[in-house]
Amino acid sequence: MSYAVIKGAGYALVHTPDMIIHNGTTQTTERITNPDSEYLKKLPEHIRSYEKVVNYAPNQVYIGNMKPSDLEEIEMPWCNTEVEGADRFGKFGEIMPQDEFIALLKIVDAFDLVKIEKGFTQTLKEKITNHPLFKKDVEKLKDGEELAEIEKFVNEQHAEAIYHNELLVGCVKRAHDVDTNLTAHILFENLVVKASGVLAFKNLIEKNNIHVEDIDYVIECSEEACGDMNQRGGGNFAKAIAECGGALNATGSDTRGFCAAPTHALIQAASLVKAGTYENVVIVAGGATAKLGMNGKDHVKKDLPILEDVLGAFAILISKNDGVNPVIRTDLVGRHTVGTGSSPQAVITSLITAPLDKGGLKITDIDKYSVEMQNPDITKPAGAGDVPEANYKMIAALGVKRKDLERKDILIFVKNHGMPGWAPTQGHIPSGVPYAGFAREELTTGDLNRAMIVGKGSLFLGRMTNLFDGVSVVIERNSGVEEVRGGVSQEEIKNMIAESMRDFAAHLLGE
Amino acid sequence: MNLFDGKKVIIIGDRDGIPGPAIEECLKGTGAEVVFSATECFV
Repeated sequence: MSYAVIKGAGYALVHTPDMIIHNGTTQTTERITNPDSEYLKKLPEHIRSYEKVVNYAPNQVYIGNMKPSDLEEIEMPWCNTEVEGADRFGKFGEIMPQDEFIALLKIVDAFDLVKIEKGFTQTLKEKITNHPLFKKDVEKLKDGEELAEIEKFVNEQHAEAIYHNELLVGCVKRAHDVDTNLTAHILFENLVVKASGVLAFKNLIEKNNIHVEDIDYVIECSEEACGDMNQRGGGNFAKAIAECGGALNATGSDTRGFCAAPTHALIQAASLVKAGTYENVVIVAGGATAKLGMNGKDHVKKDLPILEDVLGAFAILISKNDGVNPVIRTDLVGRHTVGTGSSPQAVITSLITAPLDKGGLKITDIDKYSVEMQNPDITKPAGAGDVPEANYKMIAALGVKRKDLERKDILIFVKNHGMPGWAPTQGHIPSGVPYAGFAREELTTGDLNRAMIVGKGSLFLGRMTNLFDGVSVVIERNSGVEEVRGGVSQEEIKNMIAESMRDFAAHLLGE
Repeated sequence: MNLFDGKKVIIIGDRDGIPGPAIEECLKGTGAEVVFSATECFV
């Protein structure tokens, strides 16, 4: 069987100003430990408007209206520049405002847990009627509830409040009286993952002219867990998202691995397709409210806006070889194993050079490395540095050691083989995969031949191991050999014809 | 007298930089006593 291909990618961001304050863990922790803090008082003044979020260059890159390299032309901090002519819709997806997303929470709610206030429901109906992907779902918003009823759920029955413009507009109810895995807080986070995952999934289908019935399997790869007290993390977000996305012929499962999960999922999906198990597999992940405003204290201290103000989501379709789209070289996979060790040299060797050595490739043979593509506008003021750049420098340093490049060329390598980060710090979202949409373009109609996707995950945060993790895979321009039905390649058919001709000639000679 | 002789060391490593165990390894052979070592994720 030939390699699987990346057939399409969808990306979505959701501006969630009130969720930063009420659901981001930096803020919820601060309210418990230091309720009168200066940070909490100043925070609302630092929250950006929806227009500013749409006009923010890294967000325009995320949905495909700008290229990653365009960021090199903008002076940092990027938040000081608003992109002229920016659009909420892009060729890869969209940036959704908070009110429409609250409607989406209700639309994807299968257990009537989301309650929205009556008047606000009417406003949402008008908005959703005009949304190209959800206008058919407007009836799912129902008529809404009285505000008093919502207040009762929040104040007396442990419901998680939903705010918009600092007003209570709805809530998510708990789904059990005593089950700690079905609390309103957990259900809110899980519905956010599901809804934002559906948003990315629908954009994938819409923007790439995909027949949704053709999807056989979905792998969800975010960092949340759904289940009840008898099976925490039992799953399955994947099938829930497939259902809302209208993928009637799909089943699915969830893959977890902290921030590395999307790259694990990409390799798994490509392997399932290459094996012939399924023809079309979607990998999808929604976003995390917990991480909203994660580095907010540093941003406020430096008089910057709260830059972690969006949920991130993506969906990528991996299909059997069509002879056009870039192939996923599942034979050139890097792995940080249990025995790899933690020195930067060991990590980069296992993730970068080990797969290259398998393919007889040099470090410079990969045109673009998509590592952890965290936006440095967010991480630098918080003291975490420029994560993609640090990774590129480490790759370059190993390249010098292997004599793949000269020491003086390190910075040129970083510029030519790297990219500035543009993804929001949503854990799994920056993990290599934000480049998949651009990779598909640059390895087909563009002038690149090879890219590498690298994901890393901080497993130690789960307190089950001190290890961290990482996987990588090479993506390559398609040589144009299309797989035909029945799993026989054009090359094999040519060989079969040649063999028959030889047999026929031998038969004639024999006579 | 080595710089680290008799010193107690607290290590905070970075997953995307130098992780804790790698720093610990560098301190072996010095006189330092590592009293705490962890790797953090700053993203």
